[in-house]
Amino acid sequence: MIQQYANPARFNRLATTLMPWFAWPAGILIVAGLYFALFNSPPDYQQGDTVRIMYVHVPAAWMALFVYTSMAISSAVGLIWKHPLAHLSAQAAAPIGACFTFVCLLTGSLWGKPMWGTWWVWDARLTSVLILFFLYLGFMALQNAFDDPRRGERSAAILAIIGFINVPIIKFSVDWWNTLHQPASVVKMSGPAIHSSMLIPLFMMGVGFTLYFGALLLLRMKTLMLARRARGMSMAQLHQQAAE
Amino acid sequence: MSALTLILHREIRLALRQISDSAIIVLFFVLAAVLFPFGVGPEPNMLARMAPGVVWVTALLAAMLSFERLFTPDYEDGSLEQLALGPAPLEMVAIAKAAAHWLTTGLPLMIAAPLIAVLYRLPDAGYGALITTMALGTPTISLIGTVGAALTLGSRRGGVLLSLLVIPLIIPVLIFGTAAIDAAISGFAVGQHLMLMGGFLLGALVLTPLATAAALRQALE
Amino acid sequence: MRFFGENLSCVRGERLVFSGLDFAVEPGTALVLTGSNGSGKTSLLRVMAGLTRPTEGQLAWDDGPISDDPENHHRRLHFVGHLDALKPVLSVHENLDIWARLQGGIEKKIASALKKLMLEGFENIPGRYLSAGQRRRLSLARLAASDAPLWLLDEPTIALDAPSVAAVRSLIAEHRTNGGMAVIATNVDLGIADTTTLNLLDFTASNEDIWEGVT
Repeated sequence: MIQQYANPARFNRLATTLMPWFAWPAGILIVAGLYFALFNSPPDYQQGDTVRIMYVHVPAAWMALFVYTSMAISSAVGLIWKHPLAHLSAQAAAPIGACFTFVCLLTGSLWGKPMWGTWWVWDARLTSVLILFFLYLGFMALQNAFDDPRRGERSAAILAIIGFINVPIIKFSVDWWNTLHQPASVVKMSGPAIHSSMLIPLFMMGVGFTLYFGALLLLRMKTLMLARRARGMSMAQLHQQAAE
Repeated sequence: MSALTLILHREIRLALRQISDSAIIVLFFVLAAVLFPFGVGPEPNMLARMAPGVVWVTALLAAMLSFERLFTPDYEDGSLEQLALGPAPLEMVAIAKAAAHWLTTGLPLMIAAPLIAVLYRLPDAGYGALITTMALGTPTISLIGTVGAALTLGSRRGGVLLSLLVIPLIIPVLIFGTAAIDAAISGFAVGQHLMLMGGFLLGALVLTPLATAAALRQALE
Repeated sequence: MRFFGENLSCVRGERLVFSGLDFAVEPGTALVLTGSNGSGKTSLLRVMAGLTRPTEGQLAWDDGPISDDPENHHRRLHFVGHLDALKPVLSVHENLDIWARLQGGIEKKIASALKKLMLEGFENIPGRYLSAGQRRRLSLARLAASDAPLWLLDEPTIALDAPSVAAVRSLIAEHRTNGGMAVIATNVDLGIADTTTLNLLDFTASNEDIWEGVT
């Protein structure tokens, strides 16, 4: 039976080895990126210092989409090749992605207050991200809704794929809806061109966030594998007692 | 008779024997729509402005309530096993289920929708678009809801969870449904909206039976 | 035509229920599955029906594995499980009619099936008024209402009285005389002659812990 599964123990060792290679560069890049973003990049000529929220907001938005994509891919792999680590990876990624999405919404709202004078606007981008957030919540809720964890991970995997097909449709609809309801009064998020002094810290934050996600994903997968093992052991004990 | 018509027959017969189930959904639709004027006041212009949105949103919520019963009784009494073991592939069962759901829930909602529009004094120009968008949108909702119902089959908190999964997925239908009615009222062309809604319907018709069947297989395993 | 399985194993929940299981049923024979509760009789029947995919191994007819054409496999079998698949709002006749017609049954066979299971005269009674035994018999009437060579029966005589058990016994005997085959999961002796027994306890396996070594 073990042949059709890649060996979890081997993966576990690999994860332990790889984790520092993600965690340290992530930490360094984020700290350096934040330093450049907060102290060593010019304020926007229109938005002043509030533009610095961008260095967290934009990478968080990238990650929200990136993590969802990775979840959908792992889910497809899990369903097609019945690989338990693939489902585990989707399960591990979901709360991380949801957090990135939440950070994106929160910073968007904080940015909106000084720029638009209100905490929330039905801006096309914010609205799409909000719906993406609900997709994450639905995935996690479905995963935990069954007594049999296998059923939960497979059903959630199907949902992740449906959601992934739907994301561009939702994005298109919301963009379209927004142009209909919201005339061009909304401030454009990005200026005509971003100067390299802003682009470099933004890029550093983006790569830093991605590596941070990698480290967290490995850590969560290790934790989930341990939880599975603990449950497997207690179940084995239960059946042994029943057999005696 | 082909397996598809046999299953459809069965579904409709069962729905007619329990017609109060469908009636309750329509009643909820009307009641929820009647609630809004109490909340926002009876000012006619505002109600007319709100009409397309209220009709569509309440119809969606009413539909959400109906999905939980779509597979659950069959799952619990073993009928779903027999359907899965029948000569028809589960994809076909999924289409039959969605079609039966539309006939017993979507169609009644579609018929009740103009009545609510009357209560909200929807301008005359909007009725054609209202009925057309309902005709294109409610089958899409039935199809997507069928997937949600299959995914949550046998879960704890089935109904609420189902709504949480399905509502984000049907936002495009809501957007274009109401936009088409608004456009019709303002005298703009509605063709583009209707074509997009038709596209959603065709896409759902092709893709959702696959997802529903996959979900049902997981549920039966 | 022979129906057989090779090297089957099945995981339910997170437990390996059985493994390395082989079986074969020939036309005219009956295979009785025994084993204590939780030994996997129902799981094996569901694997045979194609409801659950085996974790390992494969099932086949002489003309090919069932996974090549699942619908064709379904056409060749009747499955009567724990659940009755009966609707309280449909009459006895309507309840049987739908499943029989899906399997290609005709009106004459449906009427004779009801007669064989002693449900004659109950045709128009709604399902909700049936007793447990009558529900069971109606569920078993599917076997006689349309033709299928392979019968998969899970504790078929549960809730049945002695005359009904005899009716089921003669139903199975008739099926076998006509070249049919039956797989019956049961822990009581049904008094069926000339059967092969498969004890599921012979195939229990220790759980391989795929997460072992994760620290």
